Amino acid sequence: MMRSVLPILTVVTALVLLWYGAAISMNSKWAQDQAARAGLDLSFTELVADTWSQDRPRLPAPHQVVQELWKSTGEMALKGRAFSKRSLIFHGWITLSATMLGFVIGTGAGILLAVGIVHYRVMDMSVMPWAIASQTIPIIAIAPMIIVVLNSIGIQGLVPKAIISAYLSFFPVVVGMVKGLRSPSIDQLDLLRTYNAGTGATFWKLRLPSSMPYLFTSLKIGMAASLVGAIVGELPTGAIRGLGARMLTGSYYGQTIQIWSALIAAAILAALLVGTIGLIQRATLKRMGMQP
Amino acid sequence: MMWIVSALVVWAAGSWVNYRLANGAFSATRLVKLAVPFLFGVTIIAVWEGLVRGLSVPHVILPPPSAIAVRFAASLDILWVDFVQTFIKGAMSGYIIGCGAAFVIAVLIDRSPFLQRGLLPVGNFIAALPIVGTAPILVMWFGFDWQSKAAVVVAMVFFPMLVNTVQGLAATDKMQRDLMATYSASYWQTLIKLRLPAAMPAVFNGLKIATTLALIGAIVAEFFGSPIKGMGFRISTEVGKLGLDMVWAEITVAALAGSAFYGAVALIEKGVTFWHPSQRG
Repeated sequence: MMRSVLPILTVVTALVLLWYGAAISMNSKWAQDQAARAGLDLSFTELVADTWSQDRPRLPAPHQVVQELWKSTGEMALKGRAFSKRSLIFHGWITLSATMLGFVIGTGAGILLAVGIVHYRVMDMSVMPWAIASQTIPIIAIAPMIIVVLNSIGIQGLVPKAIISAYLSFFPVVVGMVKGLRSPSIDQLDLLRTYNAGTGATFWKLRLPSSMPYLFTSLKIGMAASLVGAIVGELPTGAIRGLGARMLTGSYYGQTIQIWSALIAAAILAALLVGTIGLIQRATLKRMGMQP
Repeated sequence: MMWIVSALVVWAAGSWVNYRLANGAFSATRLVKLAVPFLFGVTIIAVWEGLVRGLSVPHVILPPPSAIAVRFAASLDILWVDFVQTFIKGAMSGYIIGCGAAFVIAVLIDRSPFLQRGLLPVGNFIAALPIVGTAPILVMWFGFDWQSKAAVVVAMVFFPMLVNTVQGLAATDKMQRDLMATYSASYWQTLIKLRLPAAMPAVFNGLKIATTLALIGAIVAEFFGSPIKGMGFRISTEVGKLGLDMVWAEITVAALAGSAFYGAVALIEKGVTFWHPSQRG
């Protein structure tokens, strides 16, 4: 663990340096144009200073994004306006609530279907090939349709986004859990048969515990997919709330710093959510005596 | 009423046949294994058709499959133009550039264990982020045409491919590498004769994951602006016009393209990694 800290820091530093360098080269044209119009000649240091502090840069420098992030989260929270419409905490919360609702529905239904598939041969044979095939197609394409159709029958806001999140997380969880519930070996299943254990006892005492590593892996995938679903669900309708909507309005008005801060906020949210599942995974598996 | 009853009858009949097939004597044969999911799909479509007609669901909410098929057949030319714009120009070019670059960089950083230890966690982290979110930025940088879609696809496929390739290159045993050393094989000989072939299962795993990501990236990027063609463009504008049969037709194209793309990569994998246990079932 410790010996990979230095390499990771090196890579991250390299990425940030690359970012600063790219900001110089991508924003320099605008800076040069402005200078030429004003009849000035920029020295290199002036050019660098300008490219890192433009209002609407093509690529904002990292510190601009961090400032914007702080301005729209911490600073507003300190002023007691954490849930005002200009705060990213508010938009993040909108996206998070849709993500969580969709995640719970999607993974819950996915686990139930996996239990059915493992126990009923006909479900296995008819549904499983479709669940696997669904992994290869971009089902996210139906997101705009779900939003508009539900809108036309009067359902708006949280629920349509949650449905998109749910179906995006559903199939990965089904496939992962079927694998997990089937992971006990023949020996173990035979042992339970010699104990005269029924289907229920086998499920609770053998199949479910041994599926735990697979469960957490698929929960992580499902969580990431849910977040993508919620963000994409905010795009097509011209929604005004949520991280996806911040990106969209940012791209309409050329507010690049706003897009980047929404993007970084989404990344932080994803990292927190997946990291939380990772922590629960470590604790659970440790308590169950498995190697995480 | 007729339609609802027949939908229920079809559902019952389909379930019964599938039940008999799945629990019958021939359930392990290849034919039955294909027939059961096929029957399930056909039953779903028939029930969909029956219920939509029987309950007279408005077409702007859910069109019946027959209407979608008619629309599909009637607008083949539009669908083809969209397919070329999104799949061939956007997704494929981005897929090739992204996977190719990731592969080359993976081979390069493989020489430095230091970089590997640094890049693998960072790459894994980035692969879990919602990278589709970069779409508005990349559309701003590269314009509305397919170049920006290809750029989104590159951003989406790069890290999963990189992580898989780096892991694949680490897949050889010490014994195997020692054997190459006793042959006094050079670095490049070891790479080409031992480590790249051994990496192929993981490389193809990355390539297969990337097929879906490529299509998702190309379609979602079009929601942020595109010329007046493309699958994502068509979906978002037809949804606005409530032309849902066209939306479903585009979704059918996306599904067909996605599974064909995946299938093609899986087929190549079968040819390249014929020696691997997972291919010798």
